[in-house]
Amino acid sequence: MSELRGRLASWDSVIILITVAVLAGASIGVENFGNSTNFTFLILDLLPIALIALPMTMIVITGEIDLSVASTLGLTSAIMGDLWNRGLTIETIIPLCVLIGALLGAVNGVLITRLGLPSLAVTIGTLALYRGLAFVVLGDAAVADFPWTFTGWVTGTIGGGPIPNVLILLVVLAVIFGVVLHATPFGRSLFAIGANDQAARFSGIDVARTKFWLYVVSGAIAGLAGVLWTLRYSSARADNGAGLELAVVAAVLLGGVSIFGGRGSLWGVLSGVLLLAVLQNALRLQDVSGQALNIVTGLLLIASVLLPNIIAGVRNSLHRRRLRAVPAKSL
Amino acid sequence: MTVAAPVTEAPKAPRFRPGDILKQRELGIVLALLALVAFTAINQPRFLSSQSVRDILLNTAILAVVAAGMAVVVITRHIDLSVGSVLGLSAFTVATVMQHNQGLPMVAAIGLGLAIGAVAGVVNGALVHFGNVPALVVTLGTMYAYRGITYSWAGGQQVTADEVPRHFLRFANADLLGVPWLVLIALVVIAGVGLMMRNYRIGRELYAMGSSPQAAGLAGIGIARNTLVAFVISGSLAGLGGVLYASRFGTVDASSGNGYELQVVAAVVVGGVAVFGGSGTIWGAGLGALLLTVIGSALAVLDINQFWQQAIVGALIVLAIGADRLVAVRIARSLRKRDSHV
Repeated sequence: MSELRGRLASWDSVIILITVAVLAGASIGVENFGNSTNFTFLILDLLPIALIALPMTMIVITGEIDLSVASTLGLTSAIMGDLWNRGLTIETIIPLCVLIGALLGAVNGVLITRLGLPSLAVTIGTLALYRGLAFVVLGDAAVADFPWTFTGWVTGTIGGGPIPNVLILLVVLAVIFGVVLHATPFGRSLFAIGANDQAARFSGIDVARTKFWLYVVSGAIAGLAGVLWTLRYSSARADNGAGLELAVVAAVLLGGVSIFGGRGSLWGVLSGVLLLAVLQNALRLQDVSGQALNIVTGLLLIASVLLPNIIAGVRNSLHRRRLRAVPAKSL
Repeated sequence: MTVAAPVTEAPKAPRFRPGDILKQRELGIVLALLALVAFTAINQPRFLSSQSVRDILLNTAILAVVAAGMAVVVITRHIDLSVGSVLGLSAFTVATVMQHNQGLPMVAAIGLGLAIGAVAGVVNGALVHFGNVPALVVTLGTMYAYRGITYSWAGGQQVTADEVPRHFLRFANADLLGVPWLVLIALVVIAGVGLMMRNYRIGRELYAMGSSPQAAGLAGIGIARNTLVAFVISGSLAGLGGVLYASRFGTVDASSGNGYELQVVAAVVVGGVAVFGGSGTIWGAGLGALLLTVIGSALAVLDINQFWQQAIVGALIVLAIGADRLVAVRIARSLRKRDSHV
């Protein structure tokens, strides 16, 4: 019972409840929200954020951050366009792009774990570097003539219904990441590292190597997101996904992952992603401009970190008062 | 101006000796800057034409003003990602007000910009301190929120250069004894904030908070007030940056200054301010701003693809933090060695 109450009070269940409430409210109150075309677009819109949020959740749980993901997406998109212009087949380009993403992640990983540099600073640096390289590769040109079989698959739906093809990909990856994070010793070690990395090291966890591979995976997923982004809009551009890193970080923190590390869950994060996407979508259907929606994103982000602190503070003071009320003898 | 809170008791200022110049961290940037300017000027003499130098200085001025504020926050071991949005909000507000009140003097515009920035800074600082939330998260949130406010107010509108009063536009280009006003303002800001950080109690306390927040708290430093002060300085200077931006470019819309925070962080980090707080100088941040601007125009003059600029900036940030780490490791090692003799 007390475990249940603890779980109900934890932020990630709160965010799941809010998400369900907003979903229900929007389907009833917002015209066209419930229609199947809108559902498809909603999923397509949240796909890159959700994908990148999977490894980002793990990275933030270990107490680090990766701000370079959106630039990695842009650089892989630019490289994809360039390779396509050079006449490579799309079947070779796609795995190559994921591999390049992994390499870019490995660069972050080496700088952070081998040289011991702070991840925030490193990935702000590579954020600028990778985006710059994307422009070096493709300039301000756009490559658009990708084969329809691939672009059609990304924007298409299963049997012409409301469920987009890419949702399968997202679900599969989310299940893999969920199992790894919450049901394996490796996943537990990530929480341990985030809670106290020295203690984790003393208990035999190779902290540096773990973090290194997280960055490699983060880069690979960002590369995959770059491929999907390019195919969805049939447009390889150097500025694809600019600013997306902030939406991802916002979704991860909104989903109850502690920025200090050691705390969080994948379903919390996925509902954070969903909440952001649903709110944006519903408000946009009501003609609120996309940019003005930033207020909602910003306030949600601040609230998501403030509220748990306030709740914890109130609970602490209640606890202390109760302790004082108990006579010393009965302790 | 937001500089120099009243001093209660000035601790002994570090005395300046000419020999210290060689030990300065900023020496590297100065040398890189000189080498870059020399190389560019030799290959393309028009790089040192008065118009080109003037453009570089004007662009540096805005970046340096905002970077000076950011440096204070970073030295305190925080970060302020909202500066680009504050700059945009201030630029649009000031331009709109000037559009409707053509007679308003420049001083009023500057005051308005500073005030908007200060309010934004108070919000940031209060959320960081009283909400007990890392500045990265808070200012990421307010970055969205402030930008959203500007958008929901301005929508797709823009204020164009022919709608704002003449004297407002002329200010950016006017000079005093040959030095443009913008540059003078930047110099005053850097000198003022630099002096505050170097010689006044509040500045030393901000360094102490950056070196070790816990120790600073135990030593009785007013963490709450100082955190607010740091964010108010950063916000106000971003607001001032907005006024200068509007005056220099005349045309302002809701997206003005979008992404500017990245350049500002780059200037500060490249200028030798450690991202983990506790060290670095304001004039270093100013030099960082100058270096970034010079790289930009050198690339243009040398006819190198402009797209390289951002890549170079990124590489510079990585290099700068790498070098910083190297220095820190070295110092730690030499300290340990010295201690072992005791």
